[in-house]
Amino acid sequence: MRALNRLFTRLLNFTARRRGDERLREEMESHMAAQTEENIRAGMTPGEARRRARLKFGAVETVREDYHAEQGLPFVENLLLDVRYALRVLGKSPAFTAVALVTLALGIGANVIVFGVLNAVLLHPLDVSDPQSLYQMRHKQWMSGRLLTTSYPAFEDFRRRNTTFSGMAGVYGYSHAALRWRNTVRNVHGDEVTGNYFDLLGVQPEIGRFFHAADEHGPNSAPYVVLSDALWRSAFNADPGVVGTTVELDKHPFTVVGVAPARFHGAERFVWPDYWMPMVMEGADFLSSRTSITLTVIGRLKPGVTPQQATENLNAISAELAKEYPETDDGLPLRLIHPGLLGDDGEVIRGFLYGVTVLALLVLAAACANLASLFAARVADRSRELALRAALGSSRRRLVRQLLTEAAIVSLLGGAAGLASAHLLLGVLNRWPPMAEAHLAAGVDARVYLAGLVLTLGSALLFGMVPARQAWLSSPLQMLKGGPADLMHLRRFALRDLLLGAQIAICTLLVTASLVAVRGMVRALDAPLGFQPQGAMLVGMDLSQAGQTGDVALEKKKAMIEAARSIPGVTAAGTVSRTPMTGGLHGIPIYRPGTTELKLKNSVLAPYVFPMSPGYLEAAGTRLLSGRDVSWHDTAETPYVAIVNETFARKMWGETPAIGQRFILGRKLTEVVGVAENGKYHDLEEAPQAVVYLPLLQSEGGEAVLVVRSRLAPNEMTAALVRTLSGIEPNVPITVESWSATLDDELLPARAATMALGVMGLLAAMLAVTGIFGMAAYSVSRRMRELGIRVALGARRTQVMSAAVGRPMVLLGVGSVLGLLAGVFASRLLGHIVYQANPLDPVVVGGAVLTMALLGIAASAIPARRALAVDPSILMREE
Amino acid sequence: MKPKKDVQQGTLALMVLKTLDVLGSLHGYGIARRIEQISGDLLAVNQGTLYPVLLRLEQEGAIASEWGPSENNRRARFYRLTRAGHKLLEAEKRDWEQTAAIIARFFAVKAQDLV
Repeated sequence: MRALNRLFTRLLNFTARRRGDERLREEMESHMAAQTEENIRAGMTPGEARRRARLKFGAVETVREDYHAEQGLPFVENLLLDVRYALRVLGKSPAFTAVALVTLALGIGANVIVFGVLNAVLLHPLDVSDPQSLYQMRHKQWMSGRLLTTSYPAFEDFRRRNTTFSGMAGVYGYSHAALRWRNTVRNVHGDEVTGNYFDLLGVQPEIGRFFHAADEHGPNSAPYVVLSDALWRSAFNADPGVVGTTVELDKHPFTVVGVAPARFHGAERFVWPDYWMPMVMEGADFLSSRTSITLTVIGRLKPGVTPQQATENLNAISAELAKEYPETDDGLPLRLIHPGLLGDDGEVIRGFLYGVTVLALLVLAAACANLASLFAARVADRSRELALRAALGSSRRRLVRQLLTEAAIVSLLGGAAGLASAHLLLGVLNRWPPMAEAHLAAGVDARVYLAGLVLTLGSALLFGMVPARQAWLSSPLQMLKGGPADLMHLRRFALRDLLLGAQIAICTLLVTASLVAVRGMVRALDAPLGFQPQGAMLVGMDLSQAGQTGDVALEKKKAMIEAARSIPGVTAAGTVSRTPMTGGLHGIPIYRPGTTELKLKNSVLAPYVFPMSPGYLEAAGTRLLSGRDVSWHDTAETPYVAIVNETFARKMWGETPAIGQRFILGRKLTEVVGVAENGKYHDLEEAPQAVVYLPLLQSEGGEAVLVVRSRLAPNEMTAALVRTLSGIEPNVPITVESWSATLDDELLPARAATMALGVMGLLAAMLAVTGIFGMAAYSVSRRMRELGIRVALGARRTQVMSAAVGRPMVLLGVGSVLGLLAGVFASRLLGHIVYQANPLDPVVVGGAVLTMALLGIAASAIPARRALAVDPSILMREE
Repeated sequence: MKPKKDVQQGTLALMVLKTLDVLGSLHGYGIARRIEQISGDLLAVNQGTLYPVLLRLEQEGAIASEWGPSENNRRARFYRLTRAGHKLLEAEKRDWEQTAAIIARFFAVKAQDLV
């Protein structure tokens, strides 16, 4: 209570800046007057009496200081003094302050952005109950982008036979439909899930209810749909009355049973479904087919079961199934991962983000090394001031505190600037369409702020300790005598050398990394795509949504192609099941002619299969190397034909010409009539894939994308296409996009990676320049007098040069070599970030060396010029 | 001349409180003189050190102060004990006596007492 009272009074005094100076002075005066009078009464002379009184009172200044300390909050007051002083000192050298602030703001800003994305992608668990026990079943073989693992019957077998999961649900994540409600139609996409899905994930509906396993009684028995919060708000105006009403999905009636909470987006982070519907609605064929591998399987482990045990259990079941259904089930070994990041892509994403985080931290480390040497140089320049303060009675602790305060102020200001700019940039990033489409809301939340603060204070300590240590070790006497002793001089430079060397090494590593990335990107972009996206438009028009199938749909397709071709300026048009690099491809087994047992293990190839119309290859810009295109005369009644790509031909028949060769696909003996060029089909980084193109009339129908090549501008083309095609089928929504625009999404990861690394490399290069420049400029200015003497004594220009900038140059060489070596050893790290990362690539090594050399020359040119321009006569007179 | 003793931390405050308790309202010089007299000039107190202690006690609410005329008609600041100060003095006194008693007992102990 008493202590509190006292603290309160002190705080009050402190904030009100109340000073008891006047009161104390008066009290002391009256005290001494009284003592003097008494002394006089005791028989002293007035002078003696006053002297004795003062002696008895003690040191007035000490009393006053104690009194002050008692009155206010001395710690805070001193801190304020330090801060005020530091601000004044920093304000006096604005260039230094600006450089320090910008350096830190860049370093911390880069880290905050990277951490913000990392935080959004990796550190927030899925919004389901107990995400840690939720696993996804995968094939053991590592596969990028492919989520589908089992067929529905196989999933049921796994679910019934396993002993390690408390529950297992199947998801088909590529469901899409035309949603009709009150005469408006819109395209939506969603998840088809098994009935136990919501119960397994442990989510509760926002309104209405979810469907459950008990709602399912065989094929087509549960016409229910659950809406996502986003769809409910955009398409149903957030009307709670929609629950219980009927909507149409692809012309089939479904009852809306409930709406999912706004935070719930299924088990994938980047793909947010619009709706969920029971998988049983796919029909009896789907539910019994062991050949359509379309399910993603997620499951929750029983308490106490390790993923290892569960994997063994699943593999045993997989082997059993392979024995029971040898024709269809391949018995491939399985493994478990946590769902959320597009299956195995999660590993790439995680590796990339952690890799970039490491690089960002390296940038900050280089920035800190840079600042440390800058501050150390300043302390050396301020040695007289510090010595004076020490001589006037300032304690070492106080000096060090002062220097640390300066460092802390710079880092706090820099950190604030960094955080603010990161905040802005993240906002821009979030609005950037590809990020927005992936639902990557990388916000700045408490965790990011905390990370920023920790980084800021950590770097303040890092670069503040160096000058503080220097001040602690220095002796005021030496400093006052005019510059440090020679021995001290050498040692101090050793520390600064180390800092600069480390900085250059880190920067070389970063420059190497960004060169590797740019090189990888260029390579990826240079790789022939096997089609020409420029000048081509993609038209999406799903006829099945209009309830048209079979021959009617086929005729419509034909009519559409004809209509598109008739538009002036169009040079080619054709449909294909799906355009390359849009995902969802599956190998289909191929057998050699004469194979009797069509089992998976007898198959020779598993190429991607694209059913296409005549004219597609021309419209896509894929070159036909030999043979002919398919035609409308290749029908179910004529012999089965196919066009294969080069890889297919080479793998099947080697150097023998492929035209006229045969293979079995889907139990049909098929003859090769043409060979097309290779291309990229799933992603940019894939190895050459085997591909078969089948004529439309000889393959099953299904999805189709119309590709139209023209000489018109994309927007003109879009208008013409919509006008022409909506006349053919008015009730189906049409989407028209330019192919190049669609492809941008595919190139996004590579572009983002290159951009991230490029920015890091640029930052690193800037840091290297400022570091070398600072070091060289400092050493030249410190040694002006010495250089002057050298010139006066007849030193040659080269000697002056080597004396002036020799040391930074040596450091540059050593640091660069170390950085390059580090780059070689960090190739695993780089491998996470860029595909085919090869730091030993001569272009990369040469580029890094050249960059560092250029940077070094650029950075030390000005100090070197200054050194050469030394005029001994002026210099000598000055000192 | 005997060497003078330093004042132990905190005891000066106790002396101030007791002095004010006995003599009522008093100014800084008066307090200093009284402490000197009572301690028989054995304490080496710089009189100035009294003032931070007075301020502290006042901030703790143990004493209050106001301006008033001194004996030689100067303005002086007079200090007096508050109710809280009385309580504090009582508590401190008890503590001090207890401590003194314990220490005294230790000094009284002889070797044979411990067998």
